[in-house]
Amino acid sequence: MTSGKTNGKTAGQKGSGTSNGASNNGPLLQIKDLQTYFYSPGGVVKAVDGVSFDLRESETLGLVGESGCGKSVTALSIMRLIPDPPGRIVGGQVIFNGVDLLQVSDAEMRKVRGSEIAMIFQEPMTSLNPVLTIERQLTEPLELHMSMTRRQANARASELLEIVGIPDPESRLRGYPHQMSGGQRQRVMIAMALSCNPKILIADEATTALDVTIQAQILELMKDLTVRFGTSLIIITHNLGVVARYANRVNVMYAGKIREAGDAEDIYGTPKHPYTVGLLQSVPRLDVATTARLAPIRGEIPSLMNLPAGCAFRDRCDWAVERCAVDDPPLLDVGKTHTSACWEHARVELKKRVAAQ
Amino acid sequence: MWAYIAQRVLTSIPVILIVGVVTFSLLYVAPGDPAAIIGGDEASPEQLEQIRHQLGFDQPYHIQLGRWFLRMLKGDLGTSIFSKREIRELMAPRLQPTISLGIQVIFLSALLGVSTGMLAAWKAGARLDRGLMLFAVLGFATPGFWLAFILIWGLAVNLRWFPVIGYSPIGDGIIKHLHSMFLPVLVNSVLASAFISRITRSAMLEVLREDYIRTARAKGLAEFRVFIRHAFRPAAIPVITVIGAAMASLATGFVVTERVFGIPGLGRMLVEAIARRDYPIIQALLMSVATFYILVNLVVDIVYAYVDPRIRY
Repeated sequence: MTSGKTNGKTAGQKGSGTSNGASNNGPLLQIKDLQTYFYSPGGVVKAVDGVSFDLRESETLGLVGESGCGKSVTALSIMRLIPDPPGRIVGGQVIFNGVDLLQVSDAEMRKVRGSEIAMIFQEPMTSLNPVLTIERQLTEPLELHMSMTRRQANARASELLEIVGIPDPESRLRGYPHQMSGGQRQRVMIAMALSCNPKILIADEATTALDVTIQAQILELMKDLTVRFGTSLIIITHNLGVVARYANRVNVMYAGKIREAGDAEDIYGTPKHPYTVGLLQSVPRLDVATTARLAPIRGEIPSLMNLPAGCAFRDRCDWAVERCAVDDPPLLDVGKTHTSACWEHARVELKKRVAAQ
Repeated sequence: MWAYIAQRVLTSIPVILIVGVVTFSLLYVAPGDPAAIIGGDEASPEQLEQIRHQLGFDQPYHIQLGRWFLRMLKGDLGTSIFSKREIRELMAPRLQPTISLGIQVIFLSALLGVSTGMLAAWKAGARLDRGLMLFAVLGFATPGFWLAFILIWGLAVNLRWFPVIGYSPIGDGIIKHLHSMFLPVLVNSVLASAFISRITRSAMLEVLREDYIRTARAKGLAEFRVFIRHAFRPAAIPVITVIGAAMASLATGFVVTERVFGIPGLGRMLVEAIARRDYPIIQALLMSVATFYILVNLVVDIVYAYVDPRIRY
């Protein structure tokens, strides 16, 4: 078990050539003008249309937005797991350790997946193979990326289960996914994702399908382990509460684009985009009188098939002016590390909640 | 696992009983009088009455049914009315051709069906996939007896590659045996392999859309390993079902095949027995076929449990 141990607990010091390239203090991962489109008989869906952001080492980044805004597609594009057809990454760059992942060969990309960048998905109930033992599924990436023997991988798998808090790992390893609860399966997914000490962990709505108490446990676990292993974390969620607690920086996405980006405090304290304001005001809060009315965002998400010119959010926006109908605002600086894609950002602010009659 | 198997075996018993009652009753109410056949045209009514009495046909239904069941349980399949010989003895030489044909057909159609189905799924949407599926549709649409005659005409009569008719037992040499069986095996495999191929393809494509396949890809596994290790076993359940169904349908297919190719198997024995209204033989063969069906189902259920751990519990 000795070699497994050295491989395991000293994250970020993996011997493979590519992982030490990012020591020049630049961002670990740079997304530049990413465009991922889906081609359907009805037309082209621009699911991700010009997304750019950076992820620094050991940082936790929140990617927030409602369903269908392009969060998951962004994540799957980074992994190059967009089903093709119908989807295709049509433009942009995903620079990891100085290499554009969108340009490397499939074989090169497979060395990155699971090894350098790992991902946890939304549905723990269906994300594990029902006919393979937990052991087989956990040891697979270890044998593949860490060149472990079967015996080493088995020992490491049991250790990993212990790390993610699954009691009696030895007997669990011989079991199958259907013998576990959703929370336990998500723990297995986390163990699997972290097994090869990735530099980046992408959690795509990883806790959404779980009940609230389990959600908190899983989030704490992910946070603890990423801190312990020095892994950067991208949390994708529609739940602002989740992001508030765990993320250093937050990107708010709407209709395939990032509309506001900034440090978590800025996004929560002084949001400068009407959509962010809308999201924050529709979250129930314990510190506000129960008589206060929630303020949902009116209207619904526009179809991504034929977005009209101008700002995609203007029909739902309280601050919209004439310019919004013709000009789609780019991300404008509204603070030192805070940007907002809104012409009227100077006027935008959180409103006091009005008590209902 | 053993509890599961025991439970499947126990549930098979009432099925066999019901099949037995139905088999017996069908022939009990069927028109035609075996006594008249045994006695011949010149038999007087008294003689016919005596024959019926000897064979127990004058007893009430439930007595006849009970006696018949008791004999079956003892493994006594009865005696042929026509030849007066033990049915077991009559069946023995007929078993080899039919069993050999069955094994070859299942082996060939499972091999062909699963491999072409996997290939089509791997190349889904490509020209190879469309070509294979066109063949599968043709395989479906071609009636077996028509294909049999075309093959006999082409490969046996004109090219003389295979015998037109006739059967070489395994005892005459395995190569000779396989050679004489080639055409009947091929004809019977076409439909089954077309069916298995289509099911394999669609089951694979369905599984490939599952979340856990995305997980496997996210681990960095090569596509071929995802395909074989992560997709094939979950996709195997419907494929096994179809192979089981194909085996079951063989039992009826052989009645035609053995006649067309002149193979002295159980299928021909059944046809001959029906023509002579040799009731005990018909009953014995129907019971054998039904028992075979039930056994196939049992095996399929057990294989399911082996493939998919969720079924074991």
